[in-house]
Amino acid sequence: MLCAICAILLCDLYSKDGRRLTYILSQVALVGTLFFTWGVTPDGSATAFGGSFVMDTMSSVLKSWILIVSIGVLLYSRDYVLEREITTGEYYTLALSGVLGMMIMVSSSTMLTLYLGLELLSLSLYAMAALNRKDVRCAEAAMKYFVLGALASGLLLYGISMIYGATGSLVFSEIAAAMAADSSSSAAVFGLAFVVAGIAFKFGAAPFHMWVPDVYDGAPTSVTLYISAAPKMAAFALAIRFLVDGLGTAHDSWQGMLVILALLSIVLGNLIAIAQVSIKRMLAYSTISHVGFILLGVLSGQAEGYSASMFYAITYALTSMAAFGVILVMDRNGVDIHLLTDLRGLFRRNPVYAFVMLIVMVSMAGVPPTVGFYAKFVVLDAVVSVGLIWLAVVAVVFSVVGAFYYLRVIKYMFFDDPIEAQPVLAPIDVSAGLAVNGAALLMLGLFPGWIMAACIAAFS
Amino acid sequence: MEFKLFLFWVVSLILVGAAVGVITTRNPVQAALFLVLAFFNSAIIWMLMEAEFLSITLVLVYVGAVMVLFLFVVMMLDINLSPLREGFTRYLPLGGLVAALIVGEIVLLISNKWFSAENFPVPAARPADYSNTEELGVAMYTDYLLQFEIAAVILLVAIIAAIALTMRRRPDTKYQRPAEQVQVRKEDRLRIVSMDSGNQESQ
Repeated sequence: MLCAICAILLCDLYSKDGRRLTYILSQVALVGTLFFTWGVTPDGSATAFGGSFVMDTMSSVLKSWILIVSIGVLLYSRDYVLEREITTGEYYTLALSGVLGMMIMVSSSTMLTLYLGLELLSLSLYAMAALNRKDVRCAEAAMKYFVLGALASGLLLYGISMIYGATGSLVFSEIAAAMAADSSSSAAVFGLAFVVAGIAFKFGAAPFHMWVPDVYDGAPTSVTLYISAAPKMAAFALAIRFLVDGLGTAHDSWQGMLVILALLSIVLGNLIAIAQVSIKRMLAYSTISHVGFILLGVLSGQAEGYSASMFYAITYALTSMAAFGVILVMDRNGVDIHLLTDLRGLFRRNPVYAFVMLIVMVSMAGVPPTVGFYAKFVVLDAVVSVGLIWLAVVAVVFSVVGAFYYLRVIKYMFFDDPIEAQPVLAPIDVSAGLAVNGAALLMLGLFPGWIMAACIAAFS
Repeated sequence: MEFKLFLFWVVSLILVGAAVGVITTRNPVQAALFLVLAFFNSAIIWMLMEAEFLSITLVLVYVGAVMVLFLFVVMMLDINLSPLREGFTRYLPLGGLVAALIVGEIVLLISNKWFSAENFPVPAARPADYSNTEELGVAMYTDYLLQFEIAAVILLVAIIAAIALTMRRRPDTKYQRPAEQVQVRKEDRLRIVSMDSGNQESQ
């Protein structure tokens, strides 16, 4: 599978002249890998490369979703990238290598592989954020992302080295065994603190969230779309592999850290998002609060919690993909939309996109018929089941606070008059993709069973 | 053994001193040279640990190639570092306090218990025919093959990213196009204007 991606990456490199061709090749690569992932899924879990590469149910479910989301992301961003004259060949190559990095992260079973996959992903993301050189804000965002990202990688590495020093192994299962034999190891817990900080940075959770709004706002919208969707699932895999597979016995130690992270994320994300006038910044802060919810599920320390937050991560990626997809479509005429008020009267300009955005906003706010409600519900259920009722109450209160700014977007779209009457148009495949995406959010809310079943199977 | 220990202390002292020099000296060229000294001393320490291949690689790659390139860049760019240091004294008390706190916490937490000499005994010396390089090769290309390949992909991505970010078309620069120069014909450059020589006299 890896070889397949690498080979296609190389093909991709040499076919830079035909921009359409590159796009089609990338999509074929993603679809091909998707079928390959389905094809080679073993029954239980299997390891390869001397135990440093693992394929289990969780990895195949997450990989499939990462690939599906990436296909959608490339579909939405195709015209934007062409129009802005961003170096197209490199864009797709970097996007594909980012996907490769995510897949490595998802199915790694040693700290070394996990770190390398993470670096592959981050490096692609830094470069993609900087691709639009003509824009000063874009360069600034990329620089911030790079410096802070390098710092976080350093923290993560420091934690890894401490854990390695304490347990004498890089393989997660052996670390777990060593920790079970001697769980009082303060050096390992010390390393754990650094690892949690690194993970929180990669997630964009609250005390480590400074980069999120700037990067979301400054990077080209297509890159924001990419950053906001699939890497969240990869970050979830990062957390699960480290905290559950490796340091599951130190659950008492990391639960407290995650409680603080989740709480701060939900509170800060929702409160600051209210004050935003830029739509991308608003979505960035809303991402922070959703990350808080994903962490809520992880911190419960039980299989139900993990599967709940996996469900949350997957559906959040789908939701955020649809949100930025609509923004991308509206960006078309060469001008990016920045302000929330630019969405004014979208319903009259194109009812389909307005309805997709409506579903997205309602789902993010967590209103019943949509998938966002079910995702929040299962996560909170897991939190309550481990007795952290106060945490669940705070989360609910602040998601109600958050509903305000989502509803404001809906008000702008449906009840305000448009500034320009010109209808928003997009190629038929993009429209179809967005419509399917929006419908999926609704359908998954009504029938969440099959994804949820896959998520539960991943942790049983 | 005693001599090795003595050597270790001397080399470590020089290493720490050089590292301090890197961050305190005002002149970037001096800083780079201090860094060379630090690399060289850490290479000696590795040599003392019987990691010959790594120590030679460190000298060859870092001292020989990377630092020389770095010196070139430093000398050519002529960066003035003084603006970067402006806030140094202002933030020193707070930064120092935070750093001291963190170091104190780390020491408290990890006390000697975990990384003491008893937990990590000195490995026995290898026989003379033991090949460091061979062991490294075996580890790298069998046990850690996947990681090795991912690292290669990361480098590839770094190359792509660097080229994508720096390569640009600049129509305003005046560069030569040899292919067009070779193909140029007389008619492209030279215009023969026939002048009537009789006209001047008639005026």
